[in-house]
Amino acid sequence: MSLKDIINNNVTHWISGEGPDNEIVLSSRIRLARNIEDEPYPNQASKEEKQSVSKRVIEAISSQKQLKLHYINLADMPELERDLLVEKHLISPVHAREGYEKGVFLDDNERISVMINEEDHIRIQVLTPGLQLDETWELASELDDLLERKLDFAFSEKWGYLSSCPTNVGTGLRASVMVHLPALSLTNNIGKMLTAVSKLGLTVRGIYGEGSESNGSIYQISNQVTLGHSERDIIDNLNSVSKQIIGQEKQARQYLLQEKESEVIDRIRRSFGILNFAYKISSDEAMKLISNVKLGIDMGIIDNVDKKVLSELMVLTRPAHIQKINGKELSISERDIKRSELIQTRLKM
Amino acid sequence: MLCQRCNNKEATVHLTKIVNGEKNEVFLCEECARETGQLPFAGNDPFSFQNLLSGILNPEINSYNTGIKQGDKCGTCGLSYYDFTQNGLFGCADCYETFNDRLNPLLKRIHGETVHNGKVPQRKGGHLRKKRQIKELRDEMKDAVKNENFEKAAEIRDKIKELEDNDGGE
Ligand SMILES: [Zn+2]
Ligand SMILES: [Zn+2]
Repeated sequence: MSLKDIINNNVTHWISGEGPDNEIVLSSRIRLARNIEDEPYPNQASKEEKQSVSKRVIEAISSQKQLKLHYINLADMPELERDLLVEKHLISPVHAREGYEKGVFLDDNERISVMINEEDHIRIQVLTPGLQLDETWELASELDDLLERKLDFAFSEKWGYLSSCPTNVGTGLRASVMVHLPALSLTNNIGKMLTAVSKLGLTVRGIYGEGSESNGSIYQISNQVTLGHSERDIIDNLNSVSKQIIGQEKQARQYLLQEKESEVIDRIRRSFGILNFAYKISSDEAMKLISNVKLGIDMGIIDNVDKKVLSELMVLTRPAHIQKINGKELSISERDIKRSELIQTRLKM
Repeated sequence: MLCQRCNNKEATVHLTKIVNGEKNEVFLCEECARETGQLPFAGNDPFSFQNLLSGILNPEINSYNTGIKQGDKCGTCGLSYYDFTQNGLFGCADCYETFNDRLNPLLKRIHGETVHNGKVPQRKGGHLRKKRQIKELRDEMKDAVKNENFEKAAEIRDKIKELEDNDGGE
């Protein structure tokens, strides 16, 4: 298999670098938490009870013909492969760890994932490239309806969909967008943006890992509240805030071009130089450099690289992907060498 | 970069904490991150609700220490309210009923609201709608009886029966 084949096999739909407003929004995600009425939640359930939940969800999904989904039992999957799914954002880090009867359904282009026995019995997720929350919500809701034909979800007239954690009760909806905001970072406006966003009922965190870094100026913005507001309101709010953030980032890019042109060009070209010639690159450094070069492409400063390549590299250079592409486990130092090799090969392809 | 805590190992964990809108960056090695609880084994966000719950529910916990009622447990899954304050997770759908009294203030604090205003499941939602309809018809029937309009009352009674029969057959 050529590197191209390997990369194509590892690149999911949302990493394609396409979709509306893709120069700033990498992806849109909708997650719905659902539970079966008469089963204890995974945190209180025995192995047998979790088995029963798996069985019921597998039956419900298999009995519908509209969407083609494949089941993966995570216990049968090597750790590296599970980490790969985490890096692609298809399962949560918690879901990838040891535990009974955890599974996931995926569709062919990895746009849909349905986690079984995560914090809730069912976590429906739809992940699409660019800013397209409405389409993403519609698909998630359709899948929800399909499952609900076969399963009685825990639902109360007052509190809506009941979930394991009270922060998810009500709609069970978590809508989020992953945004690349290098110019707001460079102009030191990110703090102001974060404060404003949190006042609008949204939360911001770095990607890759709950409570982890925000390197590469990539942030995930999502709704904080799930009870008392309709799905429509939650999504409209996130949509309009996202559009404002896109506007702000565009303004900051404009400002950089007008006021700091030579510094910005220098920074972007240096980053491109390191990516092309370094012998070792850590995943943190790679994220920062890739972020700079992506900005360079989006601003028209670098024009001989397909912009899709940089979005891809943001995921391909993560540790599990590097090891998968090389077909074996690697030490940190080996990974850093292989990472720079991969980047250099990919930039020339 | 070296870990800011032990100054010995490579910092592989880069944390960005946003507290009151102010951004702080911390660089730690994986070991130190785990030891300081910044990178829990469960993979939870250190600022997640679970980790903040104990803080939110402090008065509750204190009242537990001074003796919350014994038997204050969910009859279905056995979870006590104290257990809930420890990990922030309910054990089953019935917990919501069991701890009903304490949920309004908690949910109000988390969400600012206490009543669901979103999607309703179609099948179960249909059942709920039917329940509401039956209740309305019963009120109507009572009125009819009060007004000695027995013919109408009988008509409504049949309608209720029909609805109830359908409901059971679902
Ligand atoms: Zn350390
Ligand atoms: Zn319970």
